[in-house]
Amino acid sequence: MNEASPQIEVRNLTMGYGDFVVQKELEFVIDRGDVFIIMGGSGCGKSTLLKLMIGLKQPMKGDVFYDGVPFWQSGEDEQRAAKRRFGTLFQSGALWSSMTLAENIGLALRQYTDLGESEMRDVVSYKLMLVGLAGFEDYYPNELSGGMKKRAGLARAMALDPEILFFDEPSAGLDPLTAKRLDDLILEIRDSLGTTIIVVTHELASIFAIGNNSVFLDADTKTQLATGNPADLRDNHPNHQVRDFLLRGQAEETVA
Amino acid sequence: MDNAGLNHQLLNDGTLAVSFSGDWLLESDLPSLKPVLDVLETVPAPTALSIDAAHLGDWDTGLLSTLVRLRRTAGQNAVDIDDSGLPEGARQLLTMAFAVREREGARRHTREKPFLEAVGDWTLGHVADMRDLLAFTGRLVMSLGRVLRGKGTYLRAHLVQYIQEAGAEALPIVSLISFLIGMIFAFVGVMQLQSFGAGIYTANLVGIAMVREMAPIMTAIIIAGRTGAAYAAEIGTMKVNEEIDALTTLGIDPVDFLVSPRVIALVLMMPLLTLYSSLLGIMGGTAVGLAMLDVSMPQYVAQTINAIELNSLLGGLFKSVVYGSLIALAGCQQGMACGNSAMAVGQSTTKAVVMGIVLIVVSASVLTIIYINLGI
Repeated sequence: MNEASPQIEVRNLTMGYGDFVVQKELEFVIDRGDVFIIMGGSGCGKSTLLKLMIGLKQPMKGDVFYDGVPFWQSGEDEQRAAKRRFGTLFQSGALWSSMTLAENIGLALRQYTDLGESEMRDVVSYKLMLVGLAGFEDYYPNELSGGMKKRAGLARAMALDPEILFFDEPSAGLDPLTAKRLDDLILEIRDSLGTTIIVVTHELASIFAIGNNSVFLDADTKTQLATGNPADLRDNHPNHQVRDFLLRGQAEETVA
Repeated sequence: MDNAGLNHQLLNDGTLAVSFSGDWLLESDLPSLKPVLDVLETVPAPTALSIDAAHLGDWDTGLLSTLVRLRRTAGQNAVDIDDSGLPEGARQLLTMAFAVREREGARRHTREKPFLEAVGDWTLGHVADMRDLLAFTGRLVMSLGRVLRGKGTYLRAHLVQYIQEAGAEALPIVSLISFLIGMIFAFVGVMQLQSFGAGIYTANLVGIAMVREMAPIMTAIIIAGRTGAAYAAEIGTMKVNEEIDALTTLGIDPVDFLVSPRVIALVLMMPLLTLYSSLLGIMGGTAVGLAMLDVSMPQYVAQTINAIELNSLLGGLFKSVVYGSLIALAGCQQGMACGNSAMAVGQSTTKAVVMGIVLIVVSASVLTIIYINLGI
């Protein structure tokens, strides 16, 4: 399961709102078991790219291939089947506020499985234990802190043992220690379950701690400037802007 | 605190010397910069601008905003500026303010729209709104089909909760309004009909008016303000929190999950509330009738029962079903179309209520004409 074979391919992708192009000509490959970082400055279209990959927003051109199958050219049933393999942690957690944590996680299970009430309860409490929220089944999302909400959102995203997990700015609004724990959790999930993980972030600490592959989006040229291992990009990439971003503005002008 | 002072002098070599004195603070009375700007804009412009701040006391943003204005105007008129006389801190802040150049095209130019353009925009906006509403109605009908066949995902517990919120919890306000409306009708009826010696026909007036028209429309307007607004606000907030995206990514149609159960709940509850409202209205009328007319309770009740035909009752209940579905439609459509901010939730809620009431009144007129032609 961990062998490196391209699982997701983004080909000649252009996206935008109305006539306004956000990013164009994106081309990159994500291997099975990668922790893939989508990075770039604020407002460059990172979250839009994520929305497009999970099927919330249509591309203007190009497509995303999952195991060689184009997502946007497929019919509704194929898209549904592809979505079944995704799990998504939204920026704010996006837990359904009128439902308890158990119901939140349970809804995902109900949608795709025929588990009985008590088995469902077992799965829910196991998922909550995984993210360190044992015993919080009957809490409502507004009773939790920001970090707990994120973890509960992760438990929901992992409810169906997804092959691909998407994270939209997982560490935004968290203190450094909580953010670090979330990073560790992401790595553990990858190592133990072999899940492919795609993270939108601009937190440098996270990028180097977890990422082994990445794409760098630029708001000015409206396309990707680089793709590859973030540490390599920092040390060796010819583009000054990429190194500058990864070194927090400390890159020297000369090309290494 | 020294008063802020501003002096300027055009020297012989064409240099404009500006000197600041006293305390330049936001809360102090700052002198006008206009005379200096006027000199800068004269033709020919001064060759240079030198700033002297030897007698400057305390300063804050009050000084800096003046300096920015000065420097901008100097720049526009190609006048070199020598700011070495300024305090070190002020100079640094000024440099910082001008360090990042204004982004091309970032500044918004607001302009007053000509009347015809505004009318055109307004009209096109409403046409687009109507199209959205129709498209949403289509989605809703498809979804209702799925939900009623048991194929759409929704939670039965939610449906029960919506039924309780739209139905039982609305009883107090519906009771109050209906009872008072019944009383008002009876007052008017008694005053007018008594002079003909036909006071007992107040029972007919109240009974028919409540059952045919007043109970359906008053209940609908209460529910539009109460439940329609709540639907728009709830769904709109979920949109802002990405909760609707989260449903979609799970392969759950948000219309199935959020909208259809609400529509079903309201369509089920509206006729019951209307029936209840008619009853309360007639009770209010009875109270006034008994107090002001010389009739007994059994007489009044018998008169009411004889006045109300089954067709009137069914006609009123059918209206309430139509109103209920329109209220739920407007509320949910506005919620789903909500933008991504707190302000957008407020706007959606307002629009939901206004649209709901407009739809109620328009459909009431249409239904009345149909009823008249059918002879109901």
